[in-house]
Amino acid sequence: MQDKLCLEFERPILELEKKISDMRDFAAGSNIQLSEEISSLQSKVNKMREEIFSSLTRWQKVQLARHPRRPHTLDYIELMTTDFIEIHGDRYFADDKALVGGFAKLEGRPVLIVGQQKGRDTKQKLLRNFGMMHPEGYRKALRLFKLAEKFNKPIVILIDTPGAYPGIGAEERGQAEAIARNLREMAVLTVPIVIVIIGEGASGGALGIGIGDKIFMLEYSWYSVISPEGCSAILWRDAAQAPQAAEALKLTADDLMDLQIVDKIVKEPPGGAHNDYKSMATSVKNEIVSALDELQTLPQDQLLQNRLMKFRRMGVFRIAED
Amino acid sequence: MEWFKKAKEGLARQEKKEIPDGLWSKCTACGEIIYTKQLEANCWICPNCRFHFRIASQKYINMILDDGALEECDANLESLDPLKFKDSKKYPDRIKAAQAKSGLKDAVVAGLGSINGIKISFAIMDFNFVGGSMGSVVGEKIARAIERSLEHNIPLIIVSCSGGARMQEGILSLMQLAKTSALLAILHQKQIPYISVLTNPTTAGVMASYASLGDVIIAEPQALLGFAGPRVIQQTIGQELPPGFQSSEFFLEKGFLDKIVDRSQLRDTLTLLLKYFQR
Repeated sequence: MQDKLCLEFERPILELEKKISDMRDFAAGSNIQLSEEISSLQSKVNKMREEIFSSLTRWQKVQLARHPRRPHTLDYIELMTTDFIEIHGDRYFADDKALVGGFAKLEGRPVLIVGQQKGRDTKQKLLRNFGMMHPEGYRKALRLFKLAEKFNKPIVILIDTPGAYPGIGAEERGQAEAIARNLREMAVLTVPIVIVIIGEGASGGALGIGIGDKIFMLEYSWYSVISPEGCSAILWRDAAQAPQAAEALKLTADDLMDLQIVDKIVKEPPGGAHNDYKSMATSVKNEIVSALDELQTLPQDQLLQNRLMKFRRMGVFRIAED
Repeated sequence: MEWFKKAKEGLARQEKKEIPDGLWSKCTACGEIIYTKQLEANCWICPNCRFHFRIASQKYINMILDDGALEECDANLESLDPLKFKDSKKYPDRIKAAQAKSGLKDAVVAGLGSINGIKISFAIMDFNFVGGSMGSVVGEKIARAIERSLEHNIPLIIVSCSGGARMQEGILSLMQLAKTSALLAILHQKQIPYISVLTNPTTAGVMASYASLGDVIIAEPQALLGFAGPRVIQQTIGQELPPGFQSSEFFLEKGFLDKIVDRSQLRDTLTLLLKYFQR
């Protein structure tokens, strides 16, 4: 495994796995029986993985959410859906490739599926702008949402972004307005909306396509008002304090369950989503399908009332006596 | 372009721009020495360069509302510390210090008032309180201000002044963008007017929610507006930002503002708009 494709705390696991696979190769090419050794090593590696993954820090989970081999939106679309037809452009300015979307079938059920796409290699990363959307991306998303509403199709949204892009063009074209408008419009879209945070959920960049009826988070994803690096740069005046900021921000799936922001955590395969795309995608698909089953039985006014109340009740404060 | 330079200078030095209690005040934009009483009579606008001093929310209330009277609502809402957040200071200590400094419970004051006899639901943010940042209390008070508009069927005016969402309340702060914007969707459906007034600065989470959602959006001259802060953008693109970037004048030019209005003209402008929007 190339160094940059694995995280520091994964290394001992990967080294042991490499050993096992070497032994398998060796055993296959000779008459020596190694199955006992192999199975003992296998249980050792399983135990080690369990130990490491049961005590991950928040910062380590952030790193898993950004893992270079983590499945991205297009991987999920490929593994979860059939007959995907991509839709492009905001009809005002451009086609923002940091956001992909189109119609697809989820176990035969037609849906609109939309999500940020990060890109795997350098060329793809640049094409996708690292999953950082411009205003035209938020407007493209809204255009797609309105299409789904027009043709009465439920909406599935996969969130994976390090943030909305902070650049000159983004400001010139109204990044804040584009996000704000989406928040307002999504609140009253008349079709069910299911949201899954599959990797990074950074601030307004994530929330700008994040208003819906159900919000799920993958076990090793994060969702926060600001990235740990951004928080650390502002509050600690040093971006290197990101691990500390990650702790303070309480941004993991478990934290957001405790804070009653998300509805459910989707468990990841042992060692994280990147170890088994197929089973990860199946779990995500199953959650989406069962959420849609539930939401599609609701009358429209009930669906909208529930969505409004879901966000209306968010916040923690007290009413002072004096 | 000389004029843009002034604006930038003023914005760059905004942190030191506390209004002195002394007899004389110095304009942070042009350096003019002004008799404080004259400045006050002039709505805290520099008579030389039109620079708008940042003022406390109460001064604004006095200027805009009839008789300077606000029937304040939800005054006793206070922050909790759901994240047990600590950086150089514990969050509750930061709140206490801000309360002592500003005399406010949090970064927004809201209630009912009237402008030239037109009853409105009004909310105004105060930069003196943790940079006008929006946590649960700000979000809740804005939400309730929107609900008062809905309940009484009266226009909504929000004067914003904020660096964005409050980091110390983490995801809960982010969700205040969703909460306020969702309620504005209902206000929009009911066709109740909402005028958003932007003052220096209005950026990030507040700009990416209710501040950008007015039927009409008005800004004070030379205010810093936008989604990302100039420092973040500069670091991202690795080059100097053009002069006047992200100022009110910039966003008017780009089509994201309806009007730049001097503070001294604001009450009249609001009155005119409110009358046009009456059914």
